[in-house]
Amino acid sequence: MLTVMKNFHINHRHSDEIEVLEISGELDAHTASKLEDSLKTLIDKNRHNIIVNCSDLEYIASAGLGVFMAYIEDVRGLGGDIKLTNMNERVYNVFDLLGFPTLYDIFDEEEEAVKQFQNSDQ
Amino acid sequence: MTINNTYKLVVNASTRRLAEVRQFVADKAMHFGFDENQISDIRLAVDEACTNIIKHAYKYDESQNVEIRLKLEKNKLCVSLTDTGNAFDPNKYSKPDIREQMKSKKRGGVGVYLIRKLMDDVEYLKMDDHNMIRMYKNLN
Repeated sequence: MLTVMKNFHINHRHSDEIEVLEISGELDAHTASKLEDSLKTLIDKNRHNIIVNCSDLEYIASAGLGVFMAYIEDVRGLGGDIKLTNMNERVYNVFDLLGFPTLYDIFDEEEEAVKQFQNSDQ
Repeated sequence: MTINNTYKLVVNASTRRLAEVRQFVADKAMHFGFDENQISDIRLAVDEACTNIIKHAYKYDESQNVEIRLKLEKNKLCVSLTDTGNAFDPNKYSKPDIREQMKSKKRGGVGVYLIRKLMDDVEYLKMDDHNMIRMYKNLN
């Protein structure tokens, strides 16, 4: 039986220095372009301190990981970072299989990423 | 469709169909008795294989088809995906270096690696008029 397809959504919040993308649903080769567009828009606006909160992300495929791989150098080159937070275990496992935890800041809670950005700005 | 514990789904080569493919695979794997973690592995491996076919074998030609079959053989699941596009040469594949890819802003090539990590065995077959990737997952 097919059940209702889960879509992918992005909710954008921001404070003075930090942009938060709350991503939810399923991130695959079809939905990855949505995330890519959001990241591009932030980078174009010179907003480089980016947190991607994954608390409602239920699924990620390599196309989703590819978006992070494609933009991290640009963002870091501009003095910012993309920090990932609140992943469920299954989503984290996919990042882990590819060795992301040594290359990206991944936190359990969004507040930890916020603190990290605030500390690095001082 | 089911014939003797075999389930088959045919979708056209569009990334729009990936969610449906995942749901199909997860439902059948659950029916065969796999646990949640194993179902996650199988679902992701099939998604990656299907994405690679859409992208590389068919170069996003949505008029083409991908056939997905799941079959329980003794104590293991065999999932096969069949296409009639450009064949994948597993000999040309090397393990991705994520650090290097980040620097060069490349993003592809990790699907094949993930499939190998997630499944117990993987084989690529090239026939006269079609290609097949066959992946196995042991039922513990």
